[in-house]
Amino acid sequence: MFKNIDELVTQAQDSKRKIYEIMIEQEMEETGVSKEEITENMRRQFQIMKDAVKQGIHGVTSRSGMTGMDAKKLYEFQKRQKDTSDSVFKAAVCYAVATNEVNASMGVVCATPTAGSCGVLPGVLVALQEEYKMSDEEITPYLFTAGAIGYVIANNACIAGSTGGCQAEVGSASAMSAAAAVELAGGTPSQAADAMAIALTNMLGLSCDPVAGLVEVPCITRNAAGASNALTAAWMAIAGVKSKIPWDEVIEAMYQIGLSMPSALRETAMGGLAATPTGKRWKTAILGKTQGEHTNSETKP
Amino acid sequence: MKYKSVFDIIGPVMIGPSSSHTAGPVRIGQVARNIFGKEPDEIGVHFYGSFAKTYRGHATDVAVIGGVLGFSTDDARVKNSISIAEKKGIKIKFFEEEAIVDHPNTVRIDLKAGRETMEIVGVSIGGGAIQITELDGFALKLSGENPALLIFHKDAYGAVADVTKILTEHRINIGHMEVSRLEKGCTALMVIETDQVVNNKIQEEISIGKNIKKLILLNT
Repeated sequence: MFKNIDELVTQAQDSKRKIYEIMIEQEMEETGVSKEEITENMRRQFQIMKDAVKQGIHGVTSRSGMTGMDAKKLYEFQKRQKDTSDSVFKAAVCYAVATNEVNASMGVVCATPTAGSCGVLPGVLVALQEEYKMSDEEITPYLFTAGAIGYVIANNACIAGSTGGCQAEVGSASAMSAAAAVELAGGTPSQAADAMAIALTNMLGLSCDPVAGLVEVPCITRNAAGASNALTAAWMAIAGVKSKIPWDEVIEAMYQIGLSMPSALRETAMGGLAATPTGKRWKTAILGKTQGEHTNSETKP
Repeated sequence: MKYKSVFDIIGPVMIGPSSSHTAGPVRIGQVARNIFGKEPDEIGVHFYGSFAKTYRGHATDVAVIGGVLGFSTDDARVKNSISIAEKKGIKIKFFEEEAIVDHPNTVRIDLKAGRETMEIVGVSIGGGAIQITELDGFALKLSGENPALLIFHKDAYGAVADVTKILTEHRINIGHMEVSRLEKGCTALMVIETDQVVNNKIQEEISIGKNIKKLILLNT
């Protein structure tokens, strides 16, 4: 059993294993399910993620009509460009947006750790899978790396926007993805933990202020930011940059910031972007629709 | 530890966009359908509290109908549930209620099939979890996560003992149980959540009891 990141890294180092191996072992102990079955279940979650990415880049629109089609725009822009530099970065941003647009359009997603932040991890992992030409079986272990980080954050702090703001949702997702990216690239458990801490540090204080209370604005672009931030943190950690504040203290800081955040910035749609004149007009336009309308009609405030 | 499994973090798989406003309402619709036991030809959905204000934007309406059609929380068909229901000839009506309720995310579902009707109230308590709080005017607490027996019976002495005796004989353990009635001496509702699945044979044995009016078996 590991209760915090320190214990997780120590256990991995002492037994000369990866973080994902520790997570799989703990899941086996907790549920009594075999390693093969647990791995197969995770591979299925990855398939859901890839399906959502694929659906999103073809273009979807949210039910409210407020968002959508941006992933398609990003995907086609990227294809048109001859410049192939930063391809992982560009793909991660595109796929994160794609997944969150699918969520907003009532498509099927894998909540990682929540529905509102479901684009970050698929964005990073699907982009890396393409870059390194890995099979699904080869990529699946790193979902356990991400899961181990999320498990610690969820149990010692929070992952819900209503509890800790967006830093708890997209911030956690970004930290999880950063650690996964490090292990995937061959980094050590301690480098993965540094990437986690750097990614979360960069997201501290992020408010949850969704327009009209819907999981769309700013959630979709925030997921893109979470994915690129994860890659930034992973790159820094692999290069040897360490988190100046110890890993678990960063998680505790996120929790304390969340607790002291005013409720207007915790998913109530009362503050921030939701409270702007345009945010309020969107709210009236979307939630004030006449009864019986169930189409994806373009609603403009 | 609040979260025990890695699949609480990498999961669940669900239709978007929100666990409390989409996944929860699908579950309430599903339980309503299971209790009713058949496809209705009329569905009335009454939204209360925050549901009444935001159901359109959050697609809570589509979610409830999807549940009533028997779709699960990760079924892509939920998105098109209203048009699917309309194609089947099911009449649907939505109501925005102003009455004050205990929980902000409350929905009442009226189902009708021929001359049979049922009224059920459910709340979405967060993270996709739900509770059924009322059935045909009777108060109850049902999560829909465990097998359950819903028994309408005559409010008379021995009615509860008759049922629990049969469960004892079949080694069925009761996890939660409650009895509520509208009026003394009339009909009462007994709700029994069990750890083990109650099979049809046990169901029949209970049904023939002298005080039993109607029995609904809910297996998850």
